[in-house]
Amino acid sequence: MSYFIDRRPNARNKSAVNRQRFLKRYRAHIKRAVEESVNRRSITDMERGEKVSIPSRDISEPSFQHGPGGRRTIVSPGNKQFAEGDRLRRPSGGAGGGGSGEGQASNQGEGVDEFVFTLSREEFLDFVFDGLALPHLERKQLRVLEETRPVRAGISKEGVPARINIVRSMREAQARRIGMRAPLKRALREAQEALAAEERQDPVLRNPARIDELKSEIARLEKRIAAIPFLDTYDLRYNHLTHQPMPSNQAVMFCVMDVSGSMTQAHKDIGKRFFLLLYLFLERNYEKVELVFVRHHTVAKEVDEEEFFYSRETGGTIVSSALTLVDRIIEARYSPEQWNLYVAQASDGDNWDDDSATCLKLLDESLMAKLQYFTYVEITPHAHQALWDAYATIKTAYPERFAMEQIVQAEDIYPVFRELFRQRAES
Amino acid sequence: MATEETPMTRRKPIATGSDWNFETLERYEQAIAELAREYRLDTYPNQIEIITSEQMMDAYASVGMPVGYHHWSFGKQFLSVEQAYRRGQMGLAYELVINSDPCIAYLMEENSLMMQVLVIAHACYGHNSFFKGNYLFQTWTDASAIVDYLVFARKYVAQCEERHGVEAVEQLLDACHALQNYGVDRYKRPSPISAEAEARRQEEREAYLQTQVNTLWSTIPERAAPLADSLLLDSENDPLGLHRHGRYPSEPQENLLYFLEKNAPLLEPWQREIVRIVRKLAQYFYPQRQTQVMNEGWATFWHYTLMNRLYDDGLIDEGIMLEFLQSHTSVVSQPDYDSPYFGGINPYALGFAMFSDIQRICQAPTDEDREWFPEIAGSDWLDTLHFAMHNFKDESFIQQFLSPKVIRDLKLFSLVDDDRDDSLQIEAIHDDRGYRRIREALSVQYALSAREPNIQVWEADIRGDRSLTLRHVQDRRRPLGQSLFPVLRHLHQLWGFPVKLESIENGDTVRRYQWPIPEAGRESA
Repeated sequence: MSYFIDRRPNARNKSAVNRQRFLKRYRAHIKRAVEESVNRRSITDMERGEKVSIPSRDISEPSFQHGPGGRRTIVSPGNKQFAEGDRLRRPSGGAGGGGSGEGQASNQGEGVDEFVFTLSREEFLDFVFDGLALPHLERKQLRVLEETRPVRAGISKEGVPARINIVRSMREAQARRIGMRAPLKRALREAQEALAAEERQDPVLRNPARIDELKSEIARLEKRIAAIPFLDTYDLRYNHLTHQPMPSNQAVMFCVMDVSGSMTQAHKDIGKRFFLLLYLFLERNYEKVELVFVRHHTVAKEVDEEEFFYSRETGGTIVSSALTLVDRIIEARYSPEQWNLYVAQASDGDNWDDDSATCLKLLDESLMAKLQYFTYVEITPHAHQALWDAYATIKTAYPERFAMEQIVQAEDIYPVFRELFRQRAES
Repeated sequence: MATEETPMTRRKPIATGSDWNFETLERYEQAIAELAREYRLDTYPNQIEIITSEQMMDAYASVGMPVGYHHWSFGKQFLSVEQAYRRGQMGLAYELVINSDPCIAYLMEENSLMMQVLVIAHACYGHNSFFKGNYLFQTWTDASAIVDYLVFARKYVAQCEERHGVEAVEQLLDACHALQNYGVDRYKRPSPISAEAEARRQEEREAYLQTQVNTLWSTIPERAAPLADSLLLDSENDPLGLHRHGRYPSEPQENLLYFLEKNAPLLEPWQREIVRIVRKLAQYFYPQRQTQVMNEGWATFWHYTLMNRLYDDGLIDEGIMLEFLQSHTSVVSQPDYDSPYFGGINPYALGFAMFSDIQRICQAPTDEDREWFPEIAGSDWLDTLHFAMHNFKDESFIQQFLSPKVIRDLKLFSLVDDDRDDSLQIEAIHDDRGYRRIREALSVQYALSAREPNIQVWEADIRGDRSLTLRHVQDRRRPLGQSLFPVLRHLHQLWGFPVKLESIENGDTVRRYQWPIPEAGRESA
C-alpha cells in the first residue's frame, strides 16, 4: 500500500532555526572573517553576500577516532601494476597540502582545513553593520511628509484607459449581457413555440396572418439580441489610486575630497573605502541614495565617480571652495525638505592658512542646519593643522551631527567608521 | 536484462518523456508494487512525499529525520550542503528514505519522470524491504515508533530550552553528540521506544533515576561482590582490606552514554533525559552504519532489476530506459584508487556488484563458483538473495559472499601501512593467493569495531576521587587521534569529575590521558 503526499506547499526553511543557531554560535569567527574581508577587499564586491570560511578545527564535532600510526590494512579498487609483495614509497604529506600556504590560497579556502559557507547578502551586511545605527533617521522621517505615493484604493467607474481593470470590466459586461438578453430570449422562445404550435395545425386551420406576424416578431427579437453590445462603456471599471503621504526615504551623500598635490593615491584609496562604506550603510537605510562627488584643490568641481577617484591634480588647497559648492548644489537640486543630506569629507588636513576660519563660518551659518550628518576623516600620520581645530569647534557646537576622526592606514577605516556611527544611546 | 522469465506481452508505456504528474507516478508505483510482489519484496507501506530542492536540503541537514530537535550542528550541516549544492559540487541525492512505518521517501519535484520511477523502485521497494527484512534493523529499530519518538524528543528538548536556556541545552547536546557513537548497546537488544510510553514514563523515570544515583553515591556504600584475588592489591599494601570491594562497574561498560545516564553523579534529571534521547537516536542509526554496502547494494540491485522488468513489459520506452542506464551507470561507477575522483570504495558499486554476482552464481555457476560457494551455486537465486539480505551486515556479508569474480572485476588489492616500516607493502592482489586475504581485509575494513576505537568504561572511582576511567583497547598499535582531548572535555562536563583514559595493548598500558590536564604536564607515557 502506498500513497503520495504533495509537501511542496509546506513551509520551507525548516532549517532556519538551526542555521541561525550556527551563525550565533560562531558569531565571533564570522565577524572576524567579515571584518577582514571589509578591510581587504574592494567594497563593491560585498554587495553579493560573502563567503566565509572558518577553520574546521574550531567547529569540528569531536568524536573518538583513530589517529595516524600503527599498522593498517587498506583495500582499494583499480589495481593496475602491483603484484603481491611490491613495496612502494610512502607518499609524503597528508591529503592535498600542495605548495602554497599563502593568504591567497586561504581565500579560495576549499581545503579540508576550512569550513566554507555563504552568508546571504542580508546576513553579511547585518554582520558588517552590527551595532551601528543611522543617526537621527527617525526625526527626519517624521518631519518630512511631503512626498506621496499612489496606493490602490478599490475600483471606480471613472479613470484613464491605462488603469482599466479588465477582469472586473468583463465581469460587468457579462452580467449586463445576461440581464439584457433574458427577457428577449424569453419572448423569442414564446414566439417560437407559438409558431411551432401554429405550424403543427392542420393546413386548413392555419392562420397565415398569425404565422407571418410571429415570423416577423422572431426576426425582430433575434435582431435585438444580436444588437446587444459585447462591451459597453458603462461596463468599464478602473483601478482606483489615491495618494498617500509617505516619509521621505531618500538621501544624498556628498563625497568631498581634497585632490591637491599633497594627497597621494594611497590617501585617495583610503578615502574611497570610507566613502563606499558610508554609501553601503546609507543604502541599507534608505530606499534611494544619490551620490554627488565634489573634488577640490583651490577650486571645487562636481565630477563623476571615475574622475573623482582617479584623475590627478596638483596645487594648493582651499577647503571652503568645496563647502560652498556643496551648499550651492543643495540649493539647486536637493531641498532639505525632501532629502536627507549627508556629507562625507576626506582630506589630509592641509588647508590655506586663513581658509579654515571661512569653513567654520560656512558650516556654522549655512550648512549644518540643512545636514543630517557631517563626517570628516583626516588621512595623515602627522600632527593636526588649522582645519582640524576649526572642525573641532563645530563638533562641540553640533555634537549630535558632526563626527571627525583621524586615519593613518587602511586598516583603521573600519574601526573609525564604527566610531562615527556608533549606536548612540537615546539622550 | 535481469529476468529469465519470458517477457509478458508488451504493454503500452504508461508515460513517455520527462514530465511527470501524480497520476503517472501512481500508475508506475502500482506497476512496481506488482513486480515487487512477484519478487517477494516485503515492505512497510510507502508514504511518498514530493518536495522541493530546498526542502530536500532541509531534510538532508537533519540527517534524514523528518522532525528533529534544534541544534547548531544541523545548521552547519545545512550550510555545507547548500554550499556544495550551489557550487555544483554535488547534485542533491535524488532520494532520501526514512526507516519508519510507514516508510517515508522523498521525491524532488525537479526530478524527471525517469528519476521519480527510479527512486520509487530504489527507495520505496529496495531500501524499504531492506529496513523491514534485515535482522539488524529488526533487532535494533522500531520503525513504527521512530517518528513519534522524534516528535517527543523535539518537544522535550524545546521544553528544556525554555526552562533551562538554549545555551545550557546546547552544551549538553554537544557533549552527548561527541559520545553518540558510544551510546549503543552492541549486543543486547534494546527495548522498543514509543513516544506515548516515553512521555508517560519519563516523569517516573526522573524520580526513579535520581534515587538510583543517590544510592550509588551514598556515603555508606554497600559492599560489592569481592573480586577475584588476582585483581586485588596485595594484602601487604592493603592490610585493612579497604580495597577489597571490587571495581565499579564490575564489568566494563561499552555503552558510555547509558552509563552516564544512569551513573553520572551531578546530572539533573532533565539532563539525564536528554542523554537518553541522544542515545536512543544513536541506537536508531546504528544498523545503518553497519549495512551501508548491503543496503545500497540491495536497493540498487532492485531498481536495476525492476526498471529492466518495466522495460521488458513495455511500461517504459527506450527514451526512459536510456536515461535510466546513464544514471545507473554513474551511480555504480567505481573510480580507481589513483583517480582524482577516488573517494574510497563506492558502497553502491560494491553492493550492486555483489548482489548481482550472487544472482549470477545461482543462475550460471562456473567451476570456480562451485568450489567457493558450494551451497549457493545453482540454487534458487531469489531465495539466496533474500537469505543474504535478511541475515548479514556488511562485515559478515563480505566475509560470506565476496567472490573472486567481484575481486577481479574491481581489481581489489590490499596494502599494508605500518609506521615501523618506511615503505608500504602490497599484501594481496586479485589472484588465487590473494582472494581470501582481500576478502578478509575488506571485511575487517567494514567492521564497526575496527573503524571506531574500542573504548569502554572501566572504572568509576565511587569511593575515591570520583574519577572515571575509560579503557581503550588498542589494536595493532593504532593510537587515538587528536580529537581525543575535546571528547574527554565533553565527557568531563557530563561526568563532573576528572576523566582518565588508558590505552591498553596486549595487557600493557601504552598511554594514559587525563582531563582536566594536570598542571605538571600534558600526559605521561
